[in-house]
Amino acid sequence: MDWLLQQLINGLGLGSIYALIALGYTMVYGVLRFINFAHSDILMLGAFAALYLEPHVSRMLGGPQSILGAILIAAVAAGLCALLGILIEFLAYRPLRQRPRLAVLITAIGVSLLIEFTAQHEKVFSAKTQFFPRLLPEHSFQLGQVYFSSTDLLVPAVTAAMLAAMWFIVQKTRTGTAMRAVSFNQQAASLMGVNVNRIISFTFGLGSALAAIAGILYAMKAPGIEPLMGVQPGLRAFIAAVLGGIGNLPGAVVGGLVLGILETFLGGIPWLSSYRDGIAFAILILILLFKPAGLLGKATVEKV
Amino acid sequence: MLVRFLSRAALPLSASFALLLVGCSGGGSDTIKVGEFASLTGKEATFGNSSHEGTLLAFEEINAAGGLLGKKLELITEDNQTKPGETANAVNKLIAKDGVVALLGEVASGRSLEAAPICQQSKIPMISPASTNPQVTQTGDYIFRVCFIDPFQGTVMANFATNTLKARKVAIFTDVKSDYSKGLAKYFKERFAANQGTIVAELDFNGGDKDFKGQLTAIKAAAPDGVFVPGYYTDVALICIQAKQLGLNVPLFGGDGWESQTLLEIGKEAVEGHYFSTHYAADAASDKVTAFVAAYKKRFNGKVPDAMAALGYDSAFFLADGIKRAATAEPAKIRDALAATTAFDAVTGQIAMNPQRDAVKSAVILQVKNGAFKFVETVNP
Repeated sequence: MDWLLQQLINGLGLGSIYALIALGYTMVYGVLRFINFAHSDILMLGAFAALYLEPHVSRMLGGPQSILGAILIAAVAAGLCALLGILIEFLAYRPLRQRPRLAVLITAIGVSLLIEFTAQHEKVFSAKTQFFPRLLPEHSFQLGQVYFSSTDLLVPAVTAAMLAAMWFIVQKTRTGTAMRAVSFNQQAASLMGVNVNRIISFTFGLGSALAAIAGILYAMKAPGIEPLMGVQPGLRAFIAAVLGGIGNLPGAVVGGLVLGILETFLGGIPWLSSYRDGIAFAILILILLFKPAGLLGKATVEKV
Repeated sequence: MLVRFLSRAALPLSASFALLLVGCSGGGSDTIKVGEFASLTGKEATFGNSSHEGTLLAFEEINAAGGLLGKKLELITEDNQTKPGETANAVNKLIAKDGVVALLGEVASGRSLEAAPICQQSKIPMISPASTNPQVTQTGDYIFRVCFIDPFQGTVMANFATNTLKARKVAIFTDVKSDYSKGLAKYFKERFAANQGTIVAELDFNGGDKDFKGQLTAIKAAAPDGVFVPGYYTDVALICIQAKQLGLNVPLFGGDGWESQTLLEIGKEAVEGHYFSTHYAADAASDKVTAFVAAYKKRFNGKVPDAMAALGYDSAFFLADGIKRAATAEPAKIRDALAATTAFDAVTGQIAMNPQRDAVKSAVILQVKNGAFKFVETVNP
């Protein structure tokens, strides 16, 4: 029983990270109908931004590991990544917007590789793993034989808060209404007076900010960061987004949690631990066979 | 096509040419020429420079003591720039142009494997200071090494777990992506079973993973006395952190893949008290080590020699010992003398050559204590 509870907590912690990254994928997809493969690299840049900001913020506030400091670091890193996301969209994706979608997709892969290999250069971050400083004091708790840390609580809480914030923005604000309009039909939206370029920039900024926050939380969980740290969770989160129904915000979170918990449980079975990704993905294929639009996605009929 | 044909033909040609040259120059010159190839620049320059400095120190000591067979030793060093392909050029040059009687190098197994076929074909003995991949010496009977091979550390750690940690139940946590890790795990399992120990759980991870809690929870449920983690330092640091978070408070131990300052930087207090095996410890209680460390510090501005420096030093003295026993500088006789080594006293422990020309020697166990690696004990094979 303890074992089950412990694995649930482990899985929830991992799944929440996937969920947070998947939220960013799904937002961009919802509006633009394309997968931003550079998302996982923005995540990495968010973690590195926090790494370089931490000494300055600590000095400014007179000591490390304060709640205010952590919020400040996350906010600045998210802001920087949002700007970068907007810049990438402006330089790489916008010129291709009227071209076939495949061109943008390939460009996204190119941008992703460009960021990864630039970051690995010795004069940038170098390829070696670096220690990520503790942003918050860490406490551990013990309930019987079940152990969890403050980070295990923080990650799901932040994910839940971000989901709520995204849902609020998309459903309750004017910008959100415009986002949904652009998602339905860009041309019609622009005829109704929606500034399509601005909405798309905003979406990219928001998605990249989410990626930065996910990157920081991921680095807090596993405090060794390197330029390729985003690749694995990025891939998982993309699959989580598809599993939940791409374009659907709660779906991304559900998909992330399912994937995280599956992986954790499979990893904990001695004979299966080396096959855990294979089995996890096989289960996902099965789910998608029966629900092609994802767990929470709406099946749409393609018009011919 | 022509170019490819030429480059293929060039290798045996240059090799036989070299043999001719060696045959002519062997007796006449007043020095014994020894070649060295190392990564003195490029990505792995730290390894190459360490082993080179150790080798250089050894040559200086030998010559200061009067040389060998009444002649001085001459070290000719070539830099391969850590680049694939450069080693072959360097080795061909050393054999064909300089006419060396033996070669020392390299640290990295990949580059030793590049040099080994050329040395084998030219029948020039090659001694690798630190290539631990079993394949290196399998190239042929002219290839030697003064370090132990990877899987041997699995055997050492099984003995350590049984005799020093008094562990009866151990869990193994292997990196399935790495042959190094799987090799260590296999030999650990065999020896630990022979020591009447029980493996209570075997789990796998993928090198580069960041979350190990699923597996570690299962390991904890099996209640082991210790966990064998033959991984590399970045993964190991995270594994130690997460084991601590899950309340898995038993010793973790592994091989020389742990040995890096990064392990301490990332793992901090979570790696405290854990153990790993390696080639050499600068703070080991041995006269040979103390003397070597003092000489090295004096020669290289107070720098403490690392394992690569010690092995570079040992490779040079191992060769000198072979030449002395062969009583001639003929490559074939040197080879025979080296292969017949039964008890050579090296800084990194006493070396015997087994039939595969791999060194059979002791390993040292280090423990993380107060944010540094501390010598615990020497374990014999």
